[in-house]
Amino acid sequence: MRTKSTLENYVFVLPAVLIFSIFYIVPFIWVCRYSLHDWDGIMPIMTYIGLANFKEIIQDKIWWGSMLNAGYITLIALTFQNALAFLLAWACDREIRLKNFYRVIFFIPPVLSEVVVGLVWQWILDGNYGLLNHWLSHLGFPNLVRNWLSDPQTALTTVAIVHSWKGFGWGFLIFLAGLQTIPRELYEAARVDGANAWYCFRKVTIPLMIPVAVLVAILTVLGTMQAFVLIIAMTGGGPAYHTQVPVLRILASMRGSSRFGYACAQGLSFGLILIAISFIQYRFSKRARQV
Amino acid sequence: MSKSKILKFVICAYVFGILINGCAPKKEAQKQTISVWHWMTDREAAFFELAKRYEAQTGVKVNFELYAPSDAYSQKVRAAAQGINLPDVFGILGEKRDFASFIKAGHILDLTPCMEENSGSWKESFFSKALAINEFREGNSYGVVPGIYGVPIDIMTIQMVYNKNLFKRLGLNPANPPVTFQEFLDIGKKIKQANMQGLVSGWGEVWMIDCLANNYAFNIMGKDKVLATIKGEVPYTDPDWIKVLSLFKDMQDSGVLASGIVTMVNKTAEQLFANDRAVFAFNGSWCVNVYKGMNPDLDYAAILPPKVSDKYPMMIWGGAGSSFMVNARSKNKEAAVKFLMWLTDRDQQAYLAEATNNLPANKNSLTKIPEILAQFAKGMEFATHPSIWGVSEFSAVIEAFDKGIQSIIIGEKTPEQVASEVQKIKERELAKRR
Repeated sequence: MRTKSTLENYVFVLPAVLIFSIFYIVPFIWVCRYSLHDWDGIMPIMTYIGLANFKEIIQDKIWWGSMLNAGYITLIALTFQNALAFLLAWACDREIRLKNFYRVIFFIPPVLSEVVVGLVWQWILDGNYGLLNHWLSHLGFPNLVRNWLSDPQTALTTVAIVHSWKGFGWGFLIFLAGLQTIPRELYEAARVDGANAWYCFRKVTIPLMIPVAVLVAILTVLGTMQAFVLIIAMTGGGPAYHTQVPVLRILASMRGSSRFGYACAQGLSFGLILIAISFIQYRFSKRARQV
Repeated sequence: MSKSKILKFVICAYVFGILINGCAPKKEAQKQTISVWHWMTDREAAFFELAKRYEAQTGVKVNFELYAPSDAYSQKVRAAAQGINLPDVFGILGEKRDFASFIKAGHILDLTPCMEENSGSWKESFFSKALAINEFREGNSYGVVPGIYGVPIDIMTIQMVYNKNLFKRLGLNPANPPVTFQEFLDIGKKIKQANMQGLVSGWGEVWMIDCLANNYAFNIMGKDKVLATIKGEVPYTDPDWIKVLSLFKDMQDSGVLASGIVTMVNKTAEQLFANDRAVFAFNGSWCVNVYKGMNPDLDYAAILPPKVSDKYPMMIWGGAGSSFMVNARSKNKEAAVKFLMWLTDRDQQAYLAEATNNLPANKNSLTKIPEILAQFAKGMEFATHPSIWGVSEFSAVIEAFDKGIQSIIIGEKTPEQVASEVQKIKERELAKRR
């Protein structure tokens, strides 16, 4: 009877297991297999080359440069984007006028298409006819006028800021949900004990928001490290290699050079790096919570 | 088993059945249907019209399926090739090396026997340079059996265009465009003084930089030396290559390049030129249709890039613009070949040229074309293309070369530094091949 019931349960989960296996597990195994081969993605024959692709990745300066670029964009996202998201969520959690209106407004950028956002910002930042330079000139800062996306000194930071603008809405939403779960009684009790607003924020809000902040940080790192649509739309990875990110390099290996095996190896390495970063973040956050 | 469990099981099985069935191929229609995959958004309406005409004439239905942008199309074709699921007719976007891989994997039909039927009448109807791009000759370095493997449906040349109105505004005679590189640089100084934008092009997409650099390489050192470099017999640190790279520094210093050109996509470049905001553009003959759509009153003319040297001719990239291949595994391959014969016949080619402002691949259809297209067509005399050189440069080398030119333009590296870096990558790739 029990065996029958167990079998029945297996039958019910079978479709989900099959779909998951076909669309996730099998492709993953294939990626692992391709990463050990030299293959152009067209020919039926692949040449086994062992770990040569991975060895090449270690020596690929452009790949590691793209990793650094992604790291820089992530750093800006972790600091500027998440600080902005938290502050706005905190403001909207308080009794302010039009708070529902602000909640909607702040969530508009994330729901817009990345390509559209990229093209609109490209137009705003255009060196010749862009709005930003137009206003900088009119406001008396002509020395700041530049070609923001073609200047190697500003291209990456500009892309990072636009990425943060596009992405802060997700953090805002999660932070707001987190803030709303903090029992109001805690604030009232603190106030009865003589705590001012800053003390309440420091001793009640921040400690209780750490798990939420960790979640936002992990999602930010994973999302930002994999960003590429916005970058393709704004700079195409240029000038030279200044805004290249790992996913663009994987695409270049696959499409530009027809090196599917190498692209798969890059994808696997990148995945492992992201898992390692997430694991380190998780360990740090666990320690922070214990403190 | 309770009734509710049975019901749940039936629902699950039904949903799963629908999912599985949804992935199954559609049943073949009774009428013979040829499926064609393409990426040409600007030709979609004209293709539909031609498909309608073909069905009316022969009873064979032709399904043109558009997959755009070209990057997405390219990926779809590769994925379909991996799954042996290509349509009857398709195009390949990419380098000659990729084309060769498709042939060697048995995806593309050798059209030579069809081309040579009736004393080669089909073959003879095309511009030879258009056909050459789809041809693999005896002893080719790709190891492909010699033959013609594709049908060109239009031709293109990539040249410079200049805006006649802006020329007048600069005090220049529109009838006398620059012929030498020095004249071109001198105009750059005037452009800078007038605070106008000079040359625009999709150099953010890099391959167009490669195209202009190759044009000048042919002009400075000649075809043999360029090909010798690709074969690894001449280093990129050769003074002639440094001269080619230096031209980009000269252009930047003179002010002839529009600001932001290094990250500019071709669509932006086309908008700037079409809206009288840039004096020069480096673009392909497809731009005629694009500019017409953006600004029908644009007054411009096409010229060869201004030459640096008189020693060798200035060559430009040109040949087949778009080509179609027949799936060698298709059940409809004979019908597909017949359709392509019809599509590249004089009347259909003339219709395509008229409707889309592209140059026809059939030389007998080159009768009623606008003046500006005729200027582009004239460039075919000087046309060459990496696909007909018989040897391909390594992708890593092309990328380093093109990105290096971007670095020169933004003042980050010198031509000598870029040449040395490119040569290192070339040596690495050569060593890998050995």
